[in-house]
Amino acid sequence: MYSAKVMEHFLHPRNVGVIEDADGVGEVGNPACGDVMTFYIKVKEDRIAEIKFQTFGCAAAIAVASMISEMAKGKHITEALKITNKDVAEALEGLPKQKLHCSNLGADALHKAIEDYLARKKEKEAGDDGNKPSCAR
Amino acid sequence: MVYLDYAAAAPVLPEVYEAMLPYFTEHWGNPSSIHELGEKAREALEKARAQVADLIGAAPEEIIFTSCGTEANNFALKGIAWAHENRGKHIIISSIEHFSIMHCAKTLERWGFEVTRLPVDRYGMVNPADVEKALRPDTILVSVMHANNEIGTIQPIAEIGRICRERNVLFHTDAVATAGLIPVNVEELNVDLLTLSANTFYGPKGAAALYIRKGVRIQPLLDGGIQERGLRAGTENVPAIVGMGVAAAIAKKEMNSRIQHLQALRDRLIEELPKRIPDTILLGHPHQRLPNNVSVAIEYVEGESMLLFMDMAGIKISSGSACVSRSLKVSHVMLAMGISAATAQGSLVFTLGIHNTEKDVDQVLEVLPPVVQRLREMSPLYHKAKHAQASKQPSGGGQGVQR
Repeated sequence: MYSAKVMEHFLHPRNVGVIEDADGVGEVGNPACGDVMTFYIKVKEDRIAEIKFQTFGCAAAIAVASMISEMAKGKHITEALKITNKDVAEALEGLPKQKLHCSNLGADALHKAIEDYLARKKEKEAGDDGNKPSCAR
Repeated sequence: MVYLDYAAAAPVLPEVYEAMLPYFTEHWGNPSSIHELGEKAREALEKARAQVADLIGAAPEEIIFTSCGTEANNFALKGIAWAHENRGKHIIISSIEHFSIMHCAKTLERWGFEVTRLPVDRYGMVNPADVEKALRPDTILVSVMHANNEIGTIQPIAEIGRICRERNVLFHTDAVATAGLIPVNVEELNVDLLTLSANTFYGPKGAAALYIRKGVRIQPLLDGGIQERGLRAGTENVPAIVGMGVAAAIAKKEMNSRIQHLQALRDRLIEELPKRIPDTILLGHPHQRLPNNVSVAIEYVEGESMLLFMDMAGIKISSGSACVSRSLKVSHVMLAMGISAATAQGSLVFTLGIHNTEKDVDQVLEVLPPVVQRLREMSPLYHKAKHAQASKQPSGGGQGVQR
């Protein structure tokens, strides 16, 4: 059912874990839909210096998260934001049709983590200007 | 290999295989032919019919062979609906039926029939009182499965049948999970129609039957020749039906010893799994349960991942998780029981067979816990649950409102 690449990433996922003091966190999915994926990133000079993930889901979801973490690591955030679902599925040598949505989830979670980082950064800069909003969020 | 997926498919017994062989190459005639070759095939067909009837306490002429359980279920629902629609257009089923009943009911709704779907309790059990309440003057058929392979719960069929009979409503049960595995008797169960399938009791795929009580009017699904009393046209699959007959005779003879063997293995799994894997929930009824079924939900992990790791270790099992189904939908059976979608994702189903040994069970108990641990360690749900538990521990301060 799965490509050798998917199985390899599923059996030996890279970058599993949590970054406690992450600069950005992105969570997508909900258990009712089948998968939940969380990405944590540390960013240095707008480059993804460190990336970790957690996944509740099927083999495809785990492999997708693992693959994206490898693809994004070391990349400038503008480059990382360009990683598409299609790129991930291709890097994994294809996914079964009904599992393509898992690659959706992975790219979304990464992008969300980057957006979270950018939002925090903006907030911080605004804060430095003394314009911190009274209600954050 | 450790195979614990007997509900999906079972190997054919050697005796069954041997009995089938001559009907491929030697007695390969058409049972409808008048000549000697046809006669041989017809004799074999009728012998098998008697053997299958004997398994469920029916008369041979009440058995109609079909190609699979799905066909028999379609035949029962559509055949009764068509034959009795002048009396009424209301049908009652349970909410945990096999797809061959669920989807049939949907088709009948499109054709103008009305379908009531009975709820089940948290053990997946239908309450006969709910059947009584759902019956209407225009109800023509009730169909409740004898047991569901996904959760193992055995339904109070005799009681439901009694209620239907009092109200003069036809009653069908899908007994694919039970007939040939546990005692099934059409008189004791008060059923008018019953579906059974050969592969449940180590007969071949491609052979199944619908029991139709004498005197029940039914419309055929397939129009054609006069095979099966004109109720199921098409040349009979003689080798498979011969196999079904032999398998039925053996199942009847060995039923008690098989049940004892299966139950012992089942009970050890049910007892040990939650001990070795915390947050494991037994699904289905604790006692009114198939002797070969162990169905659990393992919290914070997903079924397909577990299944694949088990497969790598040579252990073949099943799951009702959405990720395992092609449709990516959580099993309707678990949802009907009120199990949350997240918990249902951790579904694992073990269905045991006569070839399983205690060693097989030991292997599951050895291999599964580290697989679960490994997947839990990467599960955000597990981490959240552990954090929530930790913060529930009594601590001095308590959390202030952050504003």
